[in-house]
Amino acid sequence: MIDVRDLHKSFGDVRAVNGVSFTARDGEITGLLGPNGAGKTTTLRMLYTLMKPDAGQVLVDGVDAATDPQTVRRALGVLPDARGLYKRLTAAENIDYFGRLHGMSPGLLASRRDALIDALDMRDIATRRTEGFSQGQRVKTAIARALVHDPRNVLLDEPTNGLDVMATRAMRRFMRQLKDEGRCVLFSSHIMQEVAALCDRIVVIAHGRVVADDTPDALLERTGKPNLEDAFVSLIGTDEGLAA
Amino acid sequence: MSALLAVYWKEVRENLRDRRALINALVTGPLLGPVLFIMMMNIAVNRELGKADQPISVPVIGAASAPNLVRMLRASNIDVVPAPADPEAAVRDQREDMVLRIAPDYVQAWNKGQPVQVELIHDSSRRDANPLVARVRAVLEGYAKREGAMRLISRGLSPTTAWPLQVADRDQASSQARSGLMFSFLPYFLVLTVFLGGMYLAIDLTAGERERQSLEPLFVNPVARWKILAGKLLAICTFSLVSLLLCVAAFSTAPWFIPVDKLGIALDLGVGFAARVLLLMLPLLVLLAALQSLVSACARSYREAQTYLSVLMMIPILPSVLLSVIQVRAEPWMYAVPLLGQNLGIVQLLRGDGMTAWQVGLCLGGGFAAAFVAIVVTAWLYRSERLAISG
Repeated sequence: MIDVRDLHKSFGDVRAVNGVSFTARDGEITGLLGPNGAGKTTTLRMLYTLMKPDAGQVLVDGVDAATDPQTVRRALGVLPDARGLYKRLTAAENIDYFGRLHGMSPGLLASRRDALIDALDMRDIATRRTEGFSQGQRVKTAIARALVHDPRNVLLDEPTNGLDVMATRAMRRFMRQLKDEGRCVLFSSHIMQEVAALCDRIVVIAHGRVVADDTPDALLERTGKPNLEDAFVSLIGTDEGLAA
Repeated sequence: MSALLAVYWKEVRENLRDRRALINALVTGPLLGPVLFIMMMNIAVNRELGKADQPISVPVIGAASAPNLVRMLRASNIDVVPAPADPEAAVRDQREDMVLRIAPDYVQAWNKGQPVQVELIHDSSRRDANPLVARVRAVLEGYAKREGAMRLISRGLSPTTAWPLQVADRDQASSQARSGLMFSFLPYFLVLTVFLGGMYLAIDLTAGERERQSLEPLFVNPVARWKILAGKLLAICTFSLVSLLLCVAAFSTAPWFIPVDKLGIALDLGVGFAARVLLLMLPLLVLLAALQSLVSACARSYREAQTYLSVLMMIPILPSVLLSVIQVRAEPWMYAVPLLGQNLGIVQLLRGDGMTAWQVGLCLGGGFAAAFVAIVVTAWLYRSERLAISG
């Protein structure tokens, strides 16, 4: 479970995140929806302790990210905005590297890696060097290495960005599987279809603030709009930076 | 510890697969120095030796009027050839290295026992012609001295009357010291090797990782940043150490390629020398790895890091240039200055003087202290939020 309380972060004069609070529960998929530049990536970066919030608190499974970042990172599986792989290593070696950084034993690492390779349907690319991988293959490898230590909480920053239709469908299937395993899944997106198709709960962010935090049905009811797209536009106040 | 080693082994393995890093660590880095050095030495030695032994030809004006002198020159392996019409211009235009002019009244003056003039027309600013001029001058002066002695003897005087002072050279430089003087650039080549051996790794492991956007995912792992940095530094040091080992091994073969015996110098670049050089270079290995990482952590891209590092590469040449231009008396504090200390120490080893324990101690102490500071600064930079973010 991830609990975010009143996060603030500024870069110079720019207030990127200006009072964001929400809760992502176990066994649910929570979507962080907002136009480009709304502060989604900055919020996630504070969640996975890459950035320190100017104010506010992040609790992951009850642990404060400010006081014990190592424990928080151990409890998180993160697909950051930056997906960089090591191109001179094979996909499996990329996964193994992160497993070792988590201090996993070789036996556990091997079984966990193989399970992920099967779950993500990447058996054919596992022993290939990642140089020249397609966008979909890169994302699969990056997700596998992020989840190798079997984390309870999964953060995905725009996981379907740049993927084709088939790969996007596979990614959605995989995220539902993570949810069914009882994990807390939090992902960001600026694509409404995606959020609508997957989420149990939607947190809408605009200009660094949370403008709505509810189930999809409740959002429709609250805005009185016939579909989610219109609901989002009315919440954000503009349709700029959103994709259908 | 296991995380640190995980970083280390991954970096080593990944870079063993990178042809550019390998060529730099195993070929360019270690061999550039020795090859350049052997070439430089051979050119220098052959220039000196060639002019001393080989027959040379010197244009002489008025050779017909001094047959004895010409005969003597030929006997000293100096061939006499006809001179150009304008000797001064010929020397100035570098058409001739030198011209010897014998005065037209040479025979009359000689027969009367009067002093007579021969002129050496040369350009002292042309360094390559100077050994030639010196050789001709020595031959002429020897001839004059011999003839003078003959004249004194024919008048019943001892030749020593005319030479009240005898100057004798007692050169205290050992043969190794003479070679050490010529070898003052060797320390620079060693430093250059360490620099080149680790350079591509240092760029790749910080600036490169950031540019390829893999630094952010890496920092999300539950590993302290200083451990990640330590693993990376260790990998850089491993590569530059291998380069240095290869370089020292290559240098130990240098005496086979340089005609040291012709120079009358001894050159000991064997195992003992190599071991001492490695010890002296250890702190520099760490210092350069940290400095290179520091610079590439400041750079915004791979290319920018490369540019900065090629400027940084110029710095180690300073002590070598300084020491070869100015004759500095080594003060104790100099040994504690990184680069300068290594330079002094290695030249000292080359001269066969050896190093005292406190000199080695200062060298290592100063070097490691500087390396420690560089590591602390780099670690501080590694903790910054901005480092991980590539976009």
